[in-house]
Amino acid sequence: MFVDFFYSLKQRKVPVSFTEWMTLMEALAKGYISTLDQFYFLARSILIKSEAYFDHYDIVFQEHFHGIQGPAEITEQVLAWLNDPATFLALTAEQQLPYDKLDFGALIKQLEERLKEQTEAHDGGSYWIGRGGISPFGHSGRNPGGILIGAEGGGRSAVQIAQERKFRNYRNDLVLDMRQIKIALKRLRHLNRIGPEDELDLKETVDATAKNVGDIELVWRRSRKNAIKLLLLMDVGGSMDPYVQTVSQLFTAAHSSTHFKDFQYYYFHNCVYDDLYRNMQTLEKVSTDHILQTLDPDYKVIIVGDANMESSELLRKNGAIYYYLRNETPGLIWLQRIAQHFSHTVWLNPDSEVFWRATTVRLVRRVFPMYPLTLEGLDQAVKKLVVKR
Amino acid sequence: MVKNIAFDQFKGSKDYVTSEALRNAVNVSIALGRPLLIRGEPGTGKTMLAHSIAKGLDKKLIVWNIKSTTKAQEGLYVYDTVQRLNDSRFGDKNVSDIKQYIKLGKLGQAFAAKEQVVLLIDEVDKADIEFPNDLLNEIDEMSFFIPETNETVQATFRPITIITSNAEKELPDAFLRRCIFHFIEFPDPALMKEIIAVHFPGLKDNLVKAAMNGFYALREVEEFRKKPSTSELVDWIKVLLASEVPVEKISRELPFAGALLKKEVDHEHFINNYMTRSGNAYIVKKPA
Repeated sequence: MFVDFFYSLKQRKVPVSFTEWMTLMEALAKGYISTLDQFYFLARSILIKSEAYFDHYDIVFQEHFHGIQGPAEITEQVLAWLNDPATFLALTAEQQLPYDKLDFGALIKQLEERLKEQTEAHDGGSYWIGRGGISPFGHSGRNPGGILIGAEGGGRSAVQIAQERKFRNYRNDLVLDMRQIKIALKRLRHLNRIGPEDELDLKETVDATAKNVGDIELVWRRSRKNAIKLLLLMDVGGSMDPYVQTVSQLFTAAHSSTHFKDFQYYYFHNCVYDDLYRNMQTLEKVSTDHILQTLDPDYKVIIVGDANMESSELLRKNGAIYYYLRNETPGLIWLQRIAQHFSHTVWLNPDSEVFWRATTVRLVRRVFPMYPLTLEGLDQAVKKLVVKR
Repeated sequence: MVKNIAFDQFKGSKDYVTSEALRNAVNVSIALGRPLLIRGEPGTGKTMLAHSIAKGLDKKLIVWNIKSTTKAQEGLYVYDTVQRLNDSRFGDKNVSDIKQYIKLGKLGQAFAAKEQVVLLIDEVDKADIEFPNDLLNEIDEMSFFIPETNETVQATFRPITIITSNAEKELPDAFLRRCIFHFIEFPDPALMKEIIAVHFPGLKDNLVKAAMNGFYALREVEEFRKKPSTSELVDWIKVLLASEVPVEKISRELPFAGALLKKEVDHEHFINNYMTRSGNAYIVKKPA
């Protein structure tokens, strides 16, 4: 029964390894627990290493220790279908609007109920569940109405606790590993000796001391620090909506990476024109010319965007998607200026490569080396950014 | 099977309210000798837990605060070469005795201790991304080797190790596999009441209620960059008590909201969107 429990967890894609299982066995063998309630907490603290999987754990626990079938699980295919950007692209902004604010938990619950009743999971009519199901990721707060597990005097059984499934909101089926992105960015480095002389150069000190007839002579040097400066330009146009999660992860990873000498970021809509935006909410802007003048050419530039737009947006005067932008210079020229100014630039495209045949994408690719916004793509892009020219 | 008497060691301490799940996790970690990884929102008392364990079990606490520049090596030992060179010049110590220039770091001190200690590695995610990996072996074996003196520091008593972290998905899998994990949830009102009672014994019921209502209402607001947490609530109540604001004013005006909203943008956002002028005071807008 316990072995099945382990495999059910694995089946639910909970990352649980043999090491942890043996630890649990060790704890059981030592006789630390006497009740199912204790087992619930014991096994959870040993097997599960992220609150994102507490809900999976609750479901499996219910199945095994109560003989109750867990709620209809949202299957891989359905989630994959929900995550498919193509699903969104078919919707107009108007259609999407009313569903953006729906509560994620309620939606998933609704979806579960529907899946229970239906034999056919891919119900075309529930299109909108997909939209709502994805958009609140990352900002669906937890329900403060939940009751704390094991709160004094609660007296409820472990199965009841599991049934409550109060960790539902912590589930994150879209885990794209931040750690991996950070590690990929970590390769973006060029170590130089900069800053104050705060490191003892032992070899030089010994040499100098010897020359000084044994009179101590301390020699200090600058420590090695990363000299890479990074400029990140992000497209936040409407067609980028499905990728908000991925782009913000890239941004967070770059932002919290402490190893860059300088990190600057700006936003744009579909294409870069006269201005770049510092903040999309306040529309605080900085002229692109100013950026080209003030930032040294040795900034490494990463541009993130789908490069998919009307060709006029790229090629014509006043072609910007918002008429009031009135750009005197076509977008493509701006892109070329960026590429000419900075010695190392790459374009990361979140769209899958089948969309890269579009005219505007082809034009942009002539200006910037383009890579898919995936871990492999990011790896390649980083390599491109550090090669000597 | 004999129930291990050592199991139910930790029962919380007077000034720290715990849940059953947390006590359980702490005891598992002590019994199995594995480090306990604690995660949770800021201000849910992750760091306080180690203090409470040390107090509750009457053990010495060694705190290793991790910063972005912290290296794993610093936790083990530092070889003070400069001091040794200096001494060799002025010759008032026996410089051939390298031992006196080896300074144990926090981890080293915990291993070398003559009794079991509680070791808190605070905010492990702040350091370089490779940091936890560099400590894997030492935490596993509870020992490390000092080449300079040809000595091995081996823990006679496995320290009770508490590791706190704020960030999600930052720690390497190999590291996670060795830990016991606990996620501290944000306290619900009932538990919060208990926590307040611990901090302010004998506080008036109506004040607690008014403060908690205001606090949980602010936590409902999704737009804040940093939601107020337990420690902010405790600070706020302190301010309320010190200023002797009448209770009925608390829910109407939310005075000193700055104590709850630490970020300036949040405070501004709150004033602009949730407050309205009434006479010469600002009062909370009625929910639409």
